[in-house]
Amino acid sequence: MIRESGRFRVVRYVAYVVFGLFFLLPLYSMLDFSTRDVATGARTGKAWAALVQDEVLRASIVTSILLAVLTTVLMLALLVPTMIWVRLRVPQASRLIEFLCLLPLTIPPLVIVVGISNVYAWVSYLFGNSAYTLTFVYVVLVLPYSYRAIDSALSSINVVTLAEAARSLGAGWSTVILRVILPNITSGVTNATFVTVALVLGEYTFTSLLNFPQTMPYVIAAIGKSDAPVSVAAALGSLIFATLLLLLFSLLGRRNRSAKEA
Amino acid sequence: MTTAPEASSTGVGVSLVDLRRTYGTLNALDGLSLEMAPGEMVVLLGPSGCGKTTALRILAGLDRADAGEVRVGDKEMTHVPANKRDMGMVFQAYSLFPHMTVRDNVAFGLRLRGQDKGKRLKRADDMLELVGLAKFANRFAHQLSGGQQQRVALARALAIEPAVLLLDEPLSALDAKVRVQLRDEIRRVQLDVGTTTLFVTHDQEEALAVADRVGVMNAGRLDQIAPPTELYARPATRFVAEFVGLSNRLAADVSGGGATLLGTRVPLLDGSVESGAGHALVRPEALAVAADGETNARVVSVAFLGPISRVQCRLDDDQIVIAQVASAVAAHLVQDQPVRVDVSADAVLVVPD
Repeated sequence: MIRESGRFRVVRYVAYVVFGLFFLLPLYSMLDFSTRDVATGARTGKAWAALVQDEVLRASIVTSILLAVLTTVLMLALLVPTMIWVRLRVPQASRLIEFLCLLPLTIPPLVIVVGISNVYAWVSYLFGNSAYTLTFVYVVLVLPYSYRAIDSALSSINVVTLAEAARSLGAGWSTVILRVILPNITSGVTNATFVTVALVLGEYTFTSLLNFPQTMPYVIAAIGKSDAPVSVAAALGSLIFATLLLLLFSLLGRRNRSAKEA
Repeated sequence: MTTAPEASSTGVGVSLVDLRRTYGTLNALDGLSLEMAPGEMVVLLGPSGCGKTTALRILAGLDRADAGEVRVGDKEMTHVPANKRDMGMVFQAYSLFPHMTVRDNVAFGLRLRGQDKGKRLKRADDMLELVGLAKFANRFAHQLSGGQQQRVALARALAIEPAVLLLDEPLSALDAKVRVQLRDEIRRVQLDVGTTTLFVTHDQEEALAVADRVGVMNAGRLDQIAPPTELYARPATRFVAEFVGLSNRLAADVSGGGATLLGTRVPLLDGSVESGAGHALVRPEALAVAADGETNARVVSVAFLGPISRVQCRLDDDQIVIAQVASAVAAHLVQDQPVRVDVSADAVLVVPD
């Protein structure tokens, strides 16, 4: 048994190293490329400085972050109450909801864009041409990933019994959802939020084909044609931002738990 | 048979009137009527699918009846939502809120009622004291055993001073020893607070141990509701006699208000056949086994159960019966020994063949 566990430990460390290299090597290459002068090969911080000095890029970063926030809020507002309600009141509809939420995953983005462009004529008519109208299509885009994250969190608790216990103690439905169920699925909500932020910050197909040049991925792609180090710095920056966000969420969640358990 | 005994405490009376509930083609409740006196503990007992949990859930407002009426005190409750019914409930599955401490769990219902923090935490601590878990107030559900979780759930249900306490098989997930401890504790607490209580279980020992009255349910109806001793000694139907406790089926001849079985004349219980041949349902402790006298059976096996033993005998007509005798008597019996089996019942229920 001891030899087996020793062997297992070696395999585990080898796996860590291989996967670590797989993920970190490209990031290191991006960092290296974005901090090197293309002409002389010397180290420079020009590309990173451009992230805050270039007004168009800076505005696009703000736009994308706001889009991520709006998408997250709308996704959570739609998905969390719906999924809890389906589990509590119409469990027979859970397969249908799952099918609808996973549908965007099965249709190529290009096809979705072609189909959705007609809808967007109405969206533009009603809400104007702001890049923030991308929120609606992004919510559809993140549905499959968010659904999975929230669904697995809901599966880890006995939603029906907790809700019935709260109801018998005098809780209305909004109290059941907000004060009993939601605090117990924070891990799922956190994961769904992270996936949403990461996806919105990196989404290019929709922003490009629906012609919203104000977003960060679009601007990065445009800059990339004339100034590759800046576009790589922006891409790496958004990755670091999303990772820091994930760490922050998970730290906050852990601190809340330990504060309660102390 | 469903009339409640006299009021005995500060609780409120409960009436379930002709409740009906179907799920597709399944008749879960088929005209259930039940009266509970204030402060009484009624246990609904029955096999899976007999409708006992459905009845409790309808009383709680967690399910709706297709027809019938629910009254609590002088209030009609049939269409009142669960959160407005003022009932405390303990569930079969563990139901403590995982993100709250034990104290916050118990205080949750009071918080919803707008009680100020100091008062509700004091009340929560008092209730935890009542169930013997005061020192666990700052723990979380996952840090408690199953039995402790159910005791906290009981404290939580009682903290709101409910009109009615509902217990939906609260002990079924626990191991045997904890079940007995908690069952006694539930009864002690219920008697302390005097809350009218409906307890649902499929465990007859549990039902007989804690109830003021036990209602035996069969196919969506109450077959009999009576105090445990009466239910055991005077079962009203064949189903009750067979479901509650062990029963031997002995061939009997009925005539003139009595039955003759194993050569002994025994009075009849209500619900028996009026004349002719039938089968008498006889409890093991109502059979006597003696090694002397004219023998009519042979010993098949003897099972030692501490102070008593169960003796399995084969009668001369090849029928197997089980008798419960003092272990001191059973100690002298050996396998295949000729014995005399006699009936010592005060009265028996005789059912048709």
